[in-house]
Amino acid sequence: MAGRILPSLAAIALMALGLIHPAAADRFIVVQSTTSTQNSGLYDHILPLFRERTGIEVRVVAVGTGQALRNAANGDGDVLLVHARSDEERFVSDGHGISRADVMYNDFVIVGPAKDPAGVAGMEDAVAALARIAEAEAPFVSRGDDSGTHKVELELWEEAGIDIAAASGSWYRETGSGMGAALNTAGGMGAYAMADRATWTSFANRNGQRILVEGDPRLFNQYGIVLVNPDKHPNVKAGLGRLFVDWVLSEEGQAAIAAYRVDGQQVFFPNAGG
Amino acid sequence: MESFWRILGEAVGLILAWDSDLIEIVGLSLRVTLSAVAISCLIGLPLGAMVGAFRFPGRTAVIVMLNSLMGLPPVVVGLIAYLMLSAAGPLGPLELLYTPAAMIIAQTILVTPIVAALSRQVVEDCYREYAEQFDSLGVGPFDRVAALLWDARYSLLTVALAGFGRAVAEVGAVIIVGGNINHVTRVMTTTIALETSKGNLELALALGVVLLAIAVAVNGAVMTLRASAVRMAYA
Repeated sequence: MAGRILPSLAAIALMALGLIHPAAADRFIVVQSTTSTQNSGLYDHILPLFRERTGIEVRVVAVGTGQALRNAANGDGDVLLVHARSDEERFVSDGHGISRADVMYNDFVIVGPAKDPAGVAGMEDAVAALARIAEAEAPFVSRGDDSGTHKVELELWEEAGIDIAAASGSWYRETGSGMGAALNTAGGMGAYAMADRATWTSFANRNGQRILVEGDPRLFNQYGIVLVNPDKHPNVKAGLGRLFVDWVLSEEGQAAIAAYRVDGQQVFFPNAGG
Repeated sequence: MESFWRILGEAVGLILAWDSDLIEIVGLSLRVTLSAVAISCLIGLPLGAMVGAFRFPGRTAVIVMLNSLMGLPPVVVGLIAYLMLSAAGPLGPLELLYTPAAMIIAQTILVTPIVAALSRQVVEDCYREYAEQFDSLGVGPFDRVAALLWDARYSLLTVALAGFGRAVAEVGAVIIVGGNINHVTRVMTTTIALETSKGNLELALALGVVLLAIAVAVNGAVMTLRASAVRMAYA
């Protein structure tokens, strides 16, 4: 055992001294993206393929869509890959991005406890399901963090005509956290929550929660990609970033996305150029 | 209880399996935190010693300030460092954001007040004993600070360890300026946060046990060094 631990300790000591730089690459870009794409393992699957093809390392900063947009608007990223179409388009029209393209889609689902106190299991109409949850005043955990998922959820509440601001703190609980953290909370409370299918499928701590509502076209979840504008942010590596955007939208990149499986299930469906 | 033992077993398994990803993450954690603590000591020890040993106008205000800054929330430190290092910020051209250097800067901001505030108290207590002697020997200000720091070195070691504990355990600052990028800026605490958000609570806890083991190892190493230094001094 000493034979295995000693070299490891030596490696740690060397790294601590800065003599070994893990994965030091000159050719790299920073992608501002969402937690759903990272937590589901998609990037671990497609980025090595891109690197093999081009030698470019992609460094992913996975935060909520709102934060990703703000970071990219500060020029802290070369490419933006998020899921809030109108915000992405505003990002481009404000001059922060060059152009926006569809990359892939999946859908949102409403999950909740198996005993389903509001009785929404099997419903397809997401708006009607939320109205029923509100009527039952059954606990609902919201991301509350200005993320892409949160924005869609707010639209659905508005369409259902429910004033969630008034209910906030009682049955409507804004956690202000990422998707996984919100699901942990919902599981602990036996509450309903809305999640993107990719995060849910790869989520390990389900705590007796299950998908109760799915299939509403309003639960469609489109991901888009934007190259940050080098005219506005001179430090942006536009050349390398363009290579990544083009690859993601290419036949090869799209096939890589389609091939990715979580527990044998496809969770992202490529639709570039569609 | 059953799950507790399973998690402990998993943690031991993680350490024994010692895969390259874990080594990389542990190595970066140590590199970032030890660098930050070293820089914090370089700034904080002399600063604390000067405030502890000298009388000057506004001294009480400086002490209150240093003591208050010990409570800086890591997330706020992360935001301050982000705004400075962002491409849109004053230090943007250095291109340090999302690098280990940015994490070292953030943790240095976090730890320096702790080192300065605690060493101020240690040195002040020490100075009460030494003041008359210094005066009678006509010792200059620079030599006073140096002598006080040297004589209080063992207490100051504990001060440095307090800074290490704060830095190695925080996640709020490094996740903002580091970005938790795999193989680049992922450290123990950001990995624990990530695994928690994936719902892998047991793996997250096991990593927490590994982090604790690292802290024990570092503290143990420092204590051993200290003990042998004391033995040599009295041998």
